[in-house]
Amino acid sequence: MLTLECPYCGVMADETELSPGYEAHLKRFGPGSTDEEFEAYMFARKNPKGVHFERWRHAYGCGKWFLAARDTATLEVFGTYPAQSSAPPQALQDKIKAKRPDWKGF
Amino acid sequence: MKRYSAFALAREALSNHMGWERAWASPAPKAQYDVIIIGAGGHGLATAYYLGKNHGITNVAILEKGWLGGGNTGRNTTIIRSNYLQDSSAAIYEKSRSLYETLSQDLNYNAMFSPRGVMMLAQTHHEVRGYLRTAHANMLQGVVTEFISPQKVKELCPILNIDGPRYPVLGALWQARGGTGRHDAVAWGYARACSAMGMDIIQNCEVKGVTSANGVVTGVETTKGHIGTKKLGIVVAGHSGQVADMAGFRLPVEAVALQALVSEPIKPCMDVVVMANTVHGYMSQSDKGEMVIGGGTDGFNNFTQRGSFHHIEETLRALIETFPIISRLKMLRQWGGIVDMTGDRSPIISKTPLGNCFINCGWGTGGFKAIPGSGWAMAELMAKGEPGPLAAEFDMWRFKEGRFIDESVAAGVAH
Repeated sequence: MLTLECPYCGVMADETELSPGYEAHLKRFGPGSTDEEFEAYMFARKNPKGVHFERWRHAYGCGKWFLAARDTATLEVFGTYPAQSSAPPQALQDKIKAKRPDWKGF
Repeated sequence: MKRYSAFALAREALSNHMGWERAWASPAPKAQYDVIIIGAGGHGLATAYYLGKNHGITNVAILEKGWLGGGNTGRNTTIIRSNYLQDSSAAIYEKSRSLYETLSQDLNYNAMFSPRGVMMLAQTHHEVRGYLRTAHANMLQGVVTEFISPQKVKELCPILNIDGPRYPVLGALWQARGGTGRHDAVAWGYARACSAMGMDIIQNCEVKGVTSANGVVTGVETTKGHIGTKKLGIVVAGHSGQVADMAGFRLPVEAVALQALVSEPIKPCMDVVVMANTVHGYMSQSDKGEMVIGGGTDGFNNFTQRGSFHHIEETLRALIETFPIISRLKMLRQWGGIVDMTGDRSPIISKTPLGNCFINCGWGTGGFKAIPGSGWAMAELMAKGEPGPLAAEFDMWRFKEGRFIDESVAAGVAH
């Protein structure tokens, strides 16, 4: 079972305690944007086979949204970090790079 | 190709069945083809078959990373139905269902289509209204379905508990002409027919790259070398995004795991397919006697072909409530497939930014039922370069233009 550490309350939370929220770090486009930007925001997803950054919610715990770095091909979890991050922390990126040398980066 | 028949069976019996030829050839790839299809699953093979049968294009190679039909074609619960809400969905799924009716005769291969009837239970008042609406829409679309009473449900499936404490059965959407098929036989039958037309099915041949020049595809790089082509069809389900990436464009799909499982075989106890979308489980009985069970997808991107255990638990919990008889059954096997989900839960059969490259993907959790119709529509698109009436609405630009074929709300959860 997938287990993620909630960066807010520190609990190692099982998948049954969490709600998945799909791709993280999406840039929001709304009124005034082009059709391409709006479509990309709404529907285009990286969907990588490998390193992926996702939103998760500690639904049956503290209730907070947080972000996680995970490998979609092996289910390995690299780490979690607060939702108020515009990019994954450098230390986490370095850790992923060390484990996945051919990763193209965030 | 030697035809299969009762006479052939008798003839081969005389030589101890040593004279059967291989169902399809395994040739080495040629340097150049008119059409390459990536993906020898049901949809890819059906595309190739109808390219040959309907359009006379037989210089075709079908490339497969693993073994033929080893992806989602071999990993589903084989339900065939066409009771969709939206007109364009009903049209292509009904075409598919009707092709299934004569598929065995058409392919000279027993696809074991069993029109045993598909029942989608309504267990909330919201669902009753939804299925009444679908039944009315189907009537206008020429798809034969009806909304039936709980008593009729019990009559058709006596092992079903219609008075459950949580979600009593309030009725059902019944499609008598729906049913099940033999998943492997569909892939094998199409493969045999394609091979007989002179097409090359090349297994264990992974596509590593797509080569293009001036906006058109020139060929593919594979583990068996470079293979040139005039037209390329990408029909790879779960890995559509990865192959599209090689071709240089992005798709509005996400890959998630969908699981299914079978019980130990028991004596015949249900002769219909039952889907319970509120409690989230569906079940039918295979010819071997196993109860074939499916449920929901995991909620996160996953390429591992195995899903989360708690989803199996949820599915079985729901089904034990619906079918108390199965509570002591042992489950024999469980597996997962990687399904490509689009934003509106409808497929993509489309031209792409590359002029001679076409894509068929996004069937999500409901691809098996669509195999013949999808192949029919994709073959027409690839042969003519423009979609026919079946595929016209399913282009990949509908997400930009807001022309959704919204089955995510219409069809509920299970496809």
